[in-house]
Amino acid sequence: MTDTPVLSVRDLTVEIPTRHGVLRPVDDMSFDIHAGEIMGVVGESGAGKSMTGNAVIGLLDPPARIVSGEVLLSGTPVHKLKGDALRRLRGKRMGMIFQDPQTSLNPLLTVGDQLSETILEHLNVTQQEARKRAIAALEEVGIPAARQRIGSYPHEFSGGMRQRVVIALALCAEPDLVIADEPTTALDVSVQAQIIALLKRLCRDRGVAVMLVTHDMGVIAEAADRVAVMYAGRMAELGPVREVLTNARHPYTAGLMESTPLASQGRKRLRQIPGAMPRLGALPGGCAFSPRCDYAQDRCRQEPGPTLKRCDGRAACWFPLNTAAKEEAKA
Amino acid sequence: MSAIIKVENLTRIFDVSKPWLNRMIERQPKALLTAVSEVSFDVERNSVYALVGESGSGKSTIGKIIVGLVAPSEGTVEVEGVDLASESDADKIDAVRADIQMIFQDPYASLNPRWRVRDIIAEPVAARGGKTAGLAERLLEQVGLSAADAGKYPHEFSGGQRQRICIARALSSEPKIIVCDEPTSALDVSVQSQVLNLMSDLREEFGLTYLFISHDLTVVHHMADMIGVLYLGRLVEEAPRDRLFSAPKHPYTQMLFDAAPRMDAFGREVEPPKGEIPDAINPPSGCAFHPRCPLAIPRCSQERPEMRKIGQTRVACHMAE
Ligand SMILES: Nc1ncnc2c1ncn2[C@@H]1O[C@H](COP(=O)(O)OP(=O)(O)O)[C@@H](O)[C@H]1O
Ligand SMILES: Nc1ncnc2c1ncn2[C@@H]1O[C@H](COP(=O)(O)OP(=O)(O)O)[C@@H](O)[C@H]1O
Ligand code: SF4
Ligand SMILES: [Mg+2]
Ligand SMILES: [Mg+2]
Repeated sequence: MTDTPVLSVRDLTVEIPTRHGVLRPVDDMSFDIHAGEIMGVVGESGAGKSMTGNAVIGLLDPPARIVSGEVLLSGTPVHKLKGDALRRLRGKRMGMIFQDPQTSLNPLLTVGDQLSETILEHLNVTQQEARKRAIAALEEVGIPAARQRIGSYPHEFSGGMRQRVVIALALCAEPDLVIADEPTTALDVSVQAQIIALLKRLCRDRGVAVMLVTHDMGVIAEAADRVAVMYAGRMAELGPVREVLTNARHPYTAGLMESTPLASQGRKRLRQIPGAMPRLGALPGGCAFSPRCDYAQDRCRQEPGPTLKRCDGRAACWFPLNTAAKEEAKA
Repeated sequence: MSAIIKVENLTRIFDVSKPWLNRMIERQPKALLTAVSEVSFDVERNSVYALVGESGSGKSTIGKIIVGLVAPSEGTVEVEGVDLASESDADKIDAVRADIQMIFQDPYASLNPRWRVRDIIAEPVAARGGKTAGLAERLLEQVGLSAADAGKYPHEFSGGQRQRICIARALSSEPKIIVCDEPTSALDVSVQSQVLNLMSDLREEFGLTYLFISHDLTVVHHMADMIGVLYLGRLVEEAPRDRLFSAPKHPYTQMLFDAAPRMDAFGREVEPPKGEIPDAINPPSGCAFHPRCPLAIPRCSQERPEMRKIGQTRVACHMAE
């Protein structure tokens, strides 16, 4: 790991003006991702994971917009770029993989043409060289008989193969950063295992920085180096994956872990987090998790919401847990 | 112990051909898709029987056949000793229909948006001319909502709450069996745990039997007593939960277990499964898993393995021991 991160997000805040007031789907998020590192982002649906990813690559749908903070790609302020400059940077230095491969593929173009087009747009190579690289890219992501399949259209591939094509497309211009937003959520476990193994290999071999958004704690444990847990647009916890998952400090992280059935725990009654995540328009004051939190005290409800910076840097919580010690005490 | 559901030699074939005129012009034969192929199993009274398998393996089709929403092509399903497809006594059919209910993955799609929750919940009872006064209110409280919710519409509820409404509706006819098709797959884990706990409580309280369909191995492990593993419409292995997880015998079950991500397997490097699920219209010969199987021998591509009993496990594999 080098010292300058590939991606550095600082105090990022995204707002959406609506008739009923301003919503803040991303609130003061800060994190870094280094070369060759996979950072996982977890949280329930609506937590702001996709918004964060889209803000990083400059793909927010208006009226959502970045109102403060910085997104630095190896020092380049992405949040200040617009139009063509942003589009060039996005294809060349940042790749994207979405849950639905359809959103990244043009149904009317062969996969070979789409790959060649992207390569020609971003790399200074001849048509012939682009085609060669397109085939190599398909081979690298494990498409069998790539030379023959290059003339096929997206619909001629299975769901898993289509997602591989998207990965090839995201990587063919050799980006430094890849944002993968629920890349395996629509896929079966056996295909998911293939895609995750592929992402891990590409990250390791090419030193790409990966932001892996998922709601699957198992995927996070197996693939990520560090993990960010999001709740109601804010960073609840951030740290090395083993640390966070085995010794959760934020009560929300602990709740998530305990409510996921774990084979080794047999049939024990599952932990329930009461209620549901609040809507953005109706966030409770103080810590957004306080109404659902077993440990909430007056301070949690009265003071402005805790942030990593104001707390211990690991969990945005005034009274962070020490789950590992608790487990030991029980044993 | 007695079986409340007996599934025997169940097969369902769908005709997925293009319209005949297109077929004539393109000179294509009929395309027949075997969604379920010669599946047999028993579900014990008051137990949770889980069907697992990847998408397209035939789980939902089996569930729908059991509740009578889809007809079998071959084979039989008996619920409480009554075969819905062949029974002629209308009273018996009616009784069994009331005994078995189904809940689906998508709690949005399965609730009529224009009906009040009260009417949605009472509908199965009203349809049979039963008494519905106060019914919805009582059931809402039983599933952890409040009686006051009866007057609201589905859109006023979150995903987890809607699944509770679906469960309340399923309970209204006082069924003995509930077929649950991926009941928590659309829910976030913190909400999933609420719904799974509720389902466990209700099972105890009402002595229910669940046919629990899911692709999620951790959820199945949590809920099931007995588990059947499906691959391409075929039942490849069946075993009591602990047996299956501690000693999976079919190479496909083993592959599935290895591939499933584990929350306690930090940085685990797995050799990912090879290949993809084949096309159900032209399934492989012999054992449908043979093109992907690390143990396959020539016999596997020629002869379909019979279900064999090995200890507590039933397995369809030539090599299993
Ligand atoms: N156009 C919009 N108007 C209002 N709210 C929106 C809009 N788009 C997204 N949101 C809200 O932003 C929040 C974050 O959404 P998202 O980033 O998609 O969450 P996640 O990816 O974690 O599921 C959600 O509460 C969602 O309802
Ligand atoms: N009504 C139908 N017409 C044609 N094919 C169907 C129909 N229902 C299911 N199938 C096919 O049958 C197979 C099994 O489907 P399904 O039972 O839904 O599997 P699962 O629930 O395990 O995902 C799939 O190949 C599916 O495409
Ligand atoms: S029957 Fe043969 S091909 Fe099928 S699972 Fe067993 S060993 Fe593998
Ligand atoms: Mg999202
Ligand atoms: Mg299904």
